[in-house]
Amino acid sequence: MSTQVLVVGASVGGLTVAEALRRKGHAGPITLVGAEPHLPYDRPPLSKEILAGDWPDERAFLRDQAQLDALGAEFVLGRRAERLDAEARKVELDDGRTLSYDTLVIATGLVPRRLPFQGGLGGVHTLRTLDQARALRAHLLTALNVAVIGAGVLGCEIAATARELGLSVTLVDPVPMVMARQLGDELGALVAALHVRHGVRVRTGVGVAGLTGAGGHVSGVELTDGSRVPADLVVVATGSTPATGWLAGSGLSIEDGVVCDSRCRAAPGVYAVGDVARWHHERLGGSVRLENRTNVVQQALAVADAIMGADAPYTPIPYFWTDQYDVKLQIHGTIPPGARLRAVDGEPGQARFAALAEVDGRAVAAIGWNHPRGVMAARRRLIQPS
Amino acid sequence: MEVTVDQVKCVGAGQCVLVAPEVFDQREEDGLVTLLDPAPGDHLRAAVDEAAALCPAAAIGLEGPR
Repeated sequence: MSTQVLVVGASVGGLTVAEALRRKGHAGPITLVGAEPHLPYDRPPLSKEILAGDWPDERAFLRDQAQLDALGAEFVLGRRAERLDAEARKVELDDGRTLSYDTLVIATGLVPRRLPFQGGLGGVHTLRTLDQARALRAHLLTALNVAVIGAGVLGCEIAATARELGLSVTLVDPVPMVMARQLGDELGALVAALHVRHGVRVRTGVGVAGLTGAGGHVSGVELTDGSRVPADLVVVATGSTPATGWLAGSGLSIEDGVVCDSRCRAAPGVYAVGDVARWHHERLGGSVRLENRTNVVQQALAVADAIMGADAPYTPIPYFWTDQYDVKLQIHGTIPPGARLRAVDGEPGQARFAALAEVDGRAVAAIGWNHPRGVMAARRRLIQPS
Repeated sequence: MEVTVDQVKCVGAGQCVLVAPEVFDQREEDGLVTLLDPAPGDHLRAAVDEAAALCPAAAIGLEGPR
């Protein structure tokens, strides 16, 4: 097969598709377009090891130059795709170039949300890219009071890292429980308690009304209950939206992600992988979009298979992990609101436990709190309707 | 095919054990990877390739002819 594969997005998803295609014998040209100037790097360490300064930046890079050279792919870095013409099978870049393809893989990831009143104040950060991680780290080294807006996975990890660097940290979220969307209330409460134990002020259930500034630099966060959190560094971690702006007018269906069938196919010859992809999960019987590192790779492997002619639905059990302080939390499955925890080894609240999340007595997720083997054992008890 | 694992990089995600249980296992105490078979047969090549790709820590290396 010597068809031309164009991958838009040169992060772990795009890279994995390219590598898997080569392994599976695709000999034709592969081009990867990346908006950032960097070679492919890994994002999970940005809020942890890189931000903490435990790793040199180079360790976040997924492959070295020799490995990328061996791939025999063309990397077009520091360029954005601006428009897709799916009919003509062409992608326009921001330098005016037009790239043709036989098969297109959309792997453009996410764009972090901004606060409507974020304005141009200095000291207000978001974290998605390596450059943003570098800027945030540099500022953390001189800041005193940090406010993290958004208590999801990213916000909690940044709060933990900042706290371990010795800063005063306040974690704010209008949702009453930290990581509620990922963990539900019972497990979320344990993570909230972990942060409180480490000295983070957890202000959940109260909204953000605005930011205050002095001399062009942020000085605090005003909350909707009238209180104010002093802060010379603010991190906005209020989630992200799929990076689909460039697909407007392409004819593809965009609905909180690139809408794909159960094969991760958005249109003839067009696939989507990773955070940007919303696909029909046959086993769960619904439309799913996942924002986690494991899914990106699994989905990229599935898409490479599909490009090479396989015809199988993509039906993963979602998996994500988070490292905060001395806790590694691993979740297989999804924890819906109202799920109840059932201990499998140890007890929730202990320093190490494995548990199942259950809904109506049915196990829907396996949970490991500092228990990597326990979570794998619990995972085997997840009921998998086939 | 020769497989190597790096326990310093490993984060105990267990993805390798899921796709290639004949080759990889996890230590009881901390979940770090252990190698059951450092020279698996070629019929396991695809599974080991997938394990190496899935590893979030790039802790799995493999050498040998495709």
